[in-house]
Amino acid sequence: MRILSALLVGLVFGVGIAISGMINPAKVLNFFDIAGTWDPSLIFVMGGALLTTFIGYRLVLKRPGPIVEAEFKLPTNTVIDARLIGGSAVFGLGWGIAGFCPGAAVPALGSGRYEVLAFVAALLAGLWVAKMIQTKQADRRVTA
Amino acid sequence: MTGVETEFTPLMSFAGGVLIGLSAVLLMFFQGRIMGATGILSGLITGGVPGDKSWRAAMVVGMIAGPLVVLALTGQMPEVEVPISLPMIVIGGFIVGIGVTFGSGCTSGHGVCGLARLSPRSFVATLTFMVVAIFTVYVIRHVIGV
Repeated sequence: MRILSALLVGLVFGVGIAISGMINPAKVLNFFDIAGTWDPSLIFVMGGALLTTFIGYRLVLKRPGPIVEAEFKLPTNTVIDARLIGGSAVFGLGWGIAGFCPGAAVPALGSGRYEVLAFVAALLAGLWVAKMIQTKQADRRVTA
Repeated sequence: MTGVETEFTPLMSFAGGVLIGLSAVLLMFFQGRIMGATGILSGLITGGVPGDKSWRAAMVVGMIAGPLVVLALTGQMPEVEVPISLPMIVIGGFIVGIGVTFGSGCTSGHGVCGLARLSPRSFVATLTFMVVAIFTVYVIRHVIGV
C-alpha cells in the first residue's frame, strides 16, 4: 500500500510537471527573464498547485491520521536563520543557471535527454556532499 | 542575450499545477508527509531504514513515468529544451543540491507545501530562491550577455 500509493503520487506529480511546462528549462528560465523573453506561465503553475494544496491539506488534516502511517508528520521547525536564507539563495543561483529544480528534473528524466541525466547526477552529488558537511558539523557540535 | 521565446500556456500550466497540488494532497492523505523533491531524493541517497527507500524509489519511478504517460495519451513527448551548455548544467545541478539541503527544501517542499501551510519559513525560503533566480538570469542574459 505504501509503495503503490507512492507510485501513484509520483505519477500524478510527474504528469503535472510534464503538462505544466515546469519540465522545460527554456520555459522556466524565461519565467525568470522578466527583462527579456518573459513567459509568465509558471505563475499559473504555482497558482494551481497552491490552490489545490491549500484546500486539500485542510480537508486531509481534519482526518484523525494518514492511511499507511500512525500520524501526520508536519515540519515543526519555525526558525528563520542564515542557513535557511543562505541555502535558499544558493538554490536560486543554481536554478537560475540550469533552469531545473529537483522536482522538475526527476520527471524530465523520462524524456531520455542526456542533459537531464547530467543535471540529476550533479544534483545527487551536491545533495550527498551537503549531507556529509551537515553530518560533520553535527558531530563537531556533539564533541565540542 | 540567449532567450528564445516560449509559448504562454496559462491553461495547461494551471492544470499541471492542480495535479502537482493533488500529488501533495495525496501524499499527505496516504503517508502524512510533505511532498518535497529534496526530501524524497536525499532520503534515497543517504542512510536510513531499507523499507524507507523502497517507497521513495517507487515515487521516483512514478515521476519519471509521468512524461511517458503524457506521451502515450497525447502522442507527443512534452517539450524539454535545454538552452544552456553541459558544463553549466552540471555546475547548476551541484549548486542546487547544496542549496536545497541547507535551505531544507525546494520549489515543491517550500514553494507549494510550505506556502499552503502558511509557514513563515517557507515564505522566506520561496521569496529568497525566486528573487535570486530572477537576479541570476538577469545577470547571465543581460549583464554578461551569454
